[in-house]
Amino acid sequence: MDLILVNLIDGLVTGLLLFMLSAGLTLIFSMMGVLNFAHASFYMLGAYFGYQISQYMGFWMALLFAPIIVGIFGAGVERYGLRRVHQHGHVAELIFTFGLALLIEEAVQFFWGKSQVPFMVPEALDFALFSISGNAIPAYKIFMIFIAIGIFAGLLYVLTKTRIGMIIQAALSFPRTVEALGHNVPLIFMCVFGVGTALAAVAGVIAGPVLGTFPGMAFVLGSIVFVTIVIGGLGSLWGALFASLLIGWMTTFAASYNVGLAEILTAIGISKPVDMANSPWRDFWQITLSQIGPILPYLLMVLTLIFRPHGLFRKGGL
Amino acid sequence: MTDTTHSFSRPFGISLRTVMPWLVATIVLLLLPFVFSANSTITVMNQMAITIIFALAYNMLLGQGGMLSFGHAVFMGIGGVFAVHVMSYVEVFGAPLPLPLLPIFGGIAGLIFACIIGSFSTRQAGTVFAMISLGVGELIAACSLIFVAFFGGETGVSADRTYGLPVFGVEFLRQSEVYYLIAGWLLLSVLLMYLYTRTPMGRMANAVRDNPERAEFLGYSARWVRFYSFIFSGFFAGIAGGLFALNYEIMTTENMSLVQSGKILLITFLGGMGFFVGPIIGAIVFTLLTTVLSRYTELGALYIGTIFVLTVMYCPRGLAGLLMMHEPAYRLGKLRLLLAPYLKLVIPGTVAVLGSAAVFEMLFHVRHATPGQHEMGLFGITFDSHSPFAWVIAIGGTLAAMVITRKLIPQINDAWHDANTVEGGAK
Repeated sequence: MDLILVNLIDGLVTGLLLFMLSAGLTLIFSMMGVLNFAHASFYMLGAYFGYQISQYMGFWMALLFAPIIVGIFGAGVERYGLRRVHQHGHVAELIFTFGLALLIEEAVQFFWGKSQVPFMVPEALDFALFSISGNAIPAYKIFMIFIAIGIFAGLLYVLTKTRIGMIIQAALSFPRTVEALGHNVPLIFMCVFGVGTALAAVAGVIAGPVLGTFPGMAFVLGSIVFVTIVIGGLGSLWGALFASLLIGWMTTFAASYNVGLAEILTAIGISKPVDMANSPWRDFWQITLSQIGPILPYLLMVLTLIFRPHGLFRKGGL
Repeated sequence: MTDTTHSFSRPFGISLRTVMPWLVATIVLLLLPFVFSANSTITVMNQMAITIIFALAYNMLLGQGGMLSFGHAVFMGIGGVFAVHVMSYVEVFGAPLPLPLLPIFGGIAGLIFACIIGSFSTRQAGTVFAMISLGVGELIAACSLIFVAFFGGETGVSADRTYGLPVFGVEFLRQSEVYYLIAGWLLLSVLLMYLYTRTPMGRMANAVRDNPERAEFLGYSARWVRFYSFIFSGFFAGIAGGLFALNYEIMTTENMSLVQSGKILLITFLGGMGFFVGPIIGAIVFTLLTTVLSRYTELGALYIGTIFVLTVMYCPRGLAGLLMMHEPAYRLGKLRLLLAPYLKLVIPGTVAVLGSAAVFEMLFHVRHATPGQHEMGLFGITFDSHSPFAWVIAIGGTLAAMVITRKLIPQINDAWHDANTVEGGAK
């Protein structure tokens, strides 16, 4: 029971972190119709800029400034890169963002080296808030949860209740009409892209100290973020939230329960091969849940795409 | 217009003109080991040939079928792993299988696996297909660590090619013998893939890429057309995998990772996905580039990434597209008008590119060299990477070269206009 509670909190942290990335990505998708392969790279840039700024000005300034810098950079990428490639079609855009992801990873290695940088949890939050039967829950995790929830609430408020949010929503569905009404739609798109990347950078700054700040961090999270918004349904904010939490909990629980496939196989009446070392099926008897935990999201995505290609939360095709 | 009628009036015409490129390619492939006889060069050529087959197979999807795949290395990997298993089977049981036939098994493994994956992934093109390919790619890459019996886990699977039957006395101990084997498969695969583009099936793949709805109205199932493109592509990727296994005698998880799939996308796009020769050019240039860069610099991946992004932004038709742009001028017989402006561009252009690279190298050296180590060598010159003098020269020279290059662009534009119009440059 206690373990379940601890796992619930851990899964919530992972899920909300994923959500901060997937929220921006899904907004960008509904706007430009293209999946931004480099989104996780902006997350990584956020972590690295956060590290660099925190060296001089402390963690809180890093949390403020790193997302702003990354947001401006993201807006620049949209203005001078994506908009240019847009005329060659979606495949070219996808390839462009893919190349950008490669380039950002190389650039990060260029400036900060190949090994992990010592980006630490700020001292103000570096203590155990409470403990559940011996498992200490760090205050930083709770801080992450609140930041993420705050961002989701803010995003929801801006998108649904303010005038700017209305214009953005309208521009997502009917860009031509909104343009005819006198709004600068390309500017709106650029800003949405900037805000999306800035959100990813926020996630980077707060995840960097916990998950480690290293050049492979974008790669680790990148495809999972993709999976998240595909499962949730491209362009759906609620879908992104649901899928992020689902994946967060799924991977956390899979990692901590060591159920082997062998037990299931024995339970359904298949006997263990006598000569284990030479049996071609020997691997099946050694698979555990924690081993297949990391690939569960991909499995879920492939199944989703086969049976419900528009995702769980979206009507109509991609 | 005349061009299309010409090609349709003689669909099976075999003339000297159509056979010529293949003859030249054969002769070049036969002579290459005599020109470059060093073992290391032959290794590079083997690698190049395998990459060419894989890139062409990939382009069957991307360029001809309009399907962007992020997991194509899986088919090459599975083909290779299967070929390794066949190789060890031959070794252990002494099955009468001559080594040159081995890649077929890789191809068949790729084909079968593509049939399974394609049965659901080719239902839609575009983003859905790309995402499924990514998911399947990650799944298989992860599975390769779990199913140790087949994939060999982290160490991979390996076998020895020399234990098989000697073929007419050749035991494939030497690199050059392997080279001829790979070159033979290269010619055969490229020819087959080229002929495939000329079949009605290949044409329909193009039609479905451009307008699936219209193809459906004509009575073709877009899905089946995509499926066939997919499995043929899987087959040739498997052959490339078989050759890879034969050449390196080992297959690891790395061979089917996302990194590998991304690399082949990069190669194909760099060469130009709209042309049949594009991936060939891409594979040759990329292999040469990585070989050269890895010898001289640690920043090779950064340069290649930059080149890739610049290609996508400014030259989306790739290197082949760049070459083909000159076709109208060639037809008008005015290519020589472009020669002088291009030659003028060579020196400042080269200086600008090398200069920017030098600035990057110096920056890298300042940041990452061992503390106290100020001496660095670049282009055969040894200097102090912390001295302002070196920085002034590097940055100043690069900027000057860039300015000169920019100044020359109007000249190129004028020459380009003259060369591509009938009356241009007639004075």
